[in-house]
Amino acid sequence: MNRRLAGIVAGIATVTLTLSACGGGSDAAAKDTGGAATAKSAADLGGLDKLIEAAKKEGELNVIALPHDWANYGEILEAFKKKYGLKVTEANPEGSSQDEISAVKQLKGQDRAPDVLDLGGAFALSAAKDGLLAPYKVATFADVPDAQKDPEGNWVNDYGGFISIGYDAAKVPNPPKSFADLKKPEYQGKVALNGDPTKAGAAFAGVYAAALANGGSFTDIKPGIQFFADLKKSGNFIPVQASAATVESGQTPITIDWDYLQAGYAKKLQGKIDWKVAVPTDGVYSNFYCQAISKTAPHPAAARLWQEFLYSDEGQNLFLKGLSRPVRLNKLTAAGTADSAALAALPEVKGEVKFPTNDQIDAAKKVIADEWAKALG
Amino acid sequence: MTAETPTAVRVGMARRATAWVTAHLGLVPFLVYTGVFLGAPVVMVVLGAFQDNDGVFTTDNITAAFKDQFGRSFATSIELSALTAVLGAVLGAVLAQAVLASKEDGILRKVVSSASGVLANFGGVPLAFAFIATLGSIGIVTKALKGLGFDIYASGFNLFNFTGIAIVYVYFQIPLMVIVFTPALEGMREQWREAAANLGATKWQYWRHIAGPILLPPFLASMLLLFANAFSAYATAYALTSGVVPLVPIQIGSLVSGNVVADQQNLGKALGLGMIVVVALVMAFYNWMQRRASRWLG
Repeated sequence: MNRRLAGIVAGIATVTLTLSACGGGSDAAAKDTGGAATAKSAADLGGLDKLIEAAKKEGELNVIALPHDWANYGEILEAFKKKYGLKVTEANPEGSSQDEISAVKQLKGQDRAPDVLDLGGAFALSAAKDGLLAPYKVATFADVPDAQKDPEGNWVNDYGGFISIGYDAAKVPNPPKSFADLKKPEYQGKVALNGDPTKAGAAFAGVYAAALANGGSFTDIKPGIQFFADLKKSGNFIPVQASAATVESGQTPITIDWDYLQAGYAKKLQGKIDWKVAVPTDGVYSNFYCQAISKTAPHPAAARLWQEFLYSDEGQNLFLKGLSRPVRLNKLTAAGTADSAALAALPEVKGEVKFPTNDQIDAAKKVIADEWAKALG
Repeated sequence: MTAETPTAVRVGMARRATAWVTAHLGLVPFLVYTGVFLGAPVVMVVLGAFQDNDGVFTTDNITAAFKDQFGRSFATSIELSALTAVLGAVLGAVLAQAVLASKEDGILRKVVSSASGVLANFGGVPLAFAFIATLGSIGIVTKALKGLGFDIYASGFNLFNFTGIAIVYVYFQIPLMVIVFTPALEGMREQWREAAANLGATKWQYWRHIAGPILLPPFLASMLLLFANAFSAYATAYALTSGVVPLVPIQIGSLVSGNVVADQQNLGKALGLGMIVVVALVMAFYNWMQRRASRWLG
């Protein structure tokens, strides 16, 4: 018995050694590129040219969880690569915000750890609180409204959009224009969300928008849950997670999703399916994602250059081209530097747009987590 | 080892140690493998379940894991697994018996046994989409039935809820039952039936007093295996219902890899610990049943 135990102990010891060997040892990977890791702005490094120089020396950038058909990220990545000649390594393109945070924690000190992050609001806040993010202010930092950035620059809103109703014009000749319309019997078995609102940010936003359309508010998301429960009861709602694939196969002829994702589907399926997007008239809900730099980025200069690129007129216009609304959009339109064709293609939004506070979002999430399955199951 | 140890003893010990090492050397890759892929993750899950985000020990996660929607998800998961295990076991056992009663080299037997091998492993997203394509709201069968004037969705059927998941699970539970239960049926000796018949037993008496008691332990053991099989399934249910039916693996998925709820990974680990406990209980019971069964079938 003792011997068997000894064998097991030896086995565990081997495992521990192997694991710790994996964890350590590669700290040397983070090259020091003249203090880029602590630079809080390009000026700290002696200007943009010096930043570009340092980034080129690193030669690489690691990004994570950036789907190519999401807010035009495919084109943005291509443009960045071409402009600066850096190699971009993409990890887990379909990953979630939590996956990004986990990668920062678990790959710390390794070459393949993510340099930059694109996070949902709650995740950016908690990551900043945990000290996982590097504060950095891009050249255009002042253009971003105060409510849409961390004062230190730990995170900054990058792009956002509106919850919209997308539909296959061939299958849905009489398109729904509002959440109220979706209740019509003609849409039986046709309406889908982008997944599970306790897991997918876009689906969560869809329920929030439905709440606003049905007498709810930023502090009361329950009418949104009730709306989908009713829709399920009438047979209109199908809980299949909408994606370009389900749209193409015809399983989800009507989807409630971010307008820029719907635009991505439309572009991807061009020539096969006539996918149209409209922002509902009764539930206008908008939210932004947050851009951040990992404190332990293996390529700190490249990470900072990526931020400068995203918040430059060029980067912001590329977001706009993906039908997402870049955070500096107002400045761009005022200065006349916005891509006018892309601007004209944005779905029309009527009425004043308000944003929920982070506390309101957190409270709504708790309600969703507790009530969603109960109401829809 | 101190300097006073006599040389002979030292040599003897060294030799024994060498022998021991040689004898167990082959085990090392296995131990390393299970250690890395089973041991270490389990330790991490258990430790994480009892920690908060700052690494301070707490039992909050464990209490939360059995309350509200998480408590309900355990109930739903157990209910679904038990239901599909019972259905799968009963239908699978009947099918296995029917197949065994057929000709030994017959085509039916070949088809069923090879199909079972394939179908028992057919799961995940492809299976969910196969069902959506067949019985979904625009599925082939749904449309065909509608064409015949029978609208299954209008009459209450729905693939995207508990019933739907149960149907899809039974689809892979039955073949698994055929695979695990057939050996037990094959172990039944023809002589037992003949002996019973010679002593004047009716067919019912033979099943009631001989075949039934012998087959009960392996039947229950197989059912437990089916339970564990359904309990841990994730992708099929998620692809089918996007989490509308709260199952424990889906809740864990939302907590550890979601876009909505931040900072709740350790609660996910607590749910994972709960699953480990349930499956460990089931497997302990399974082993005990298997030992009882092997007494007859050895």
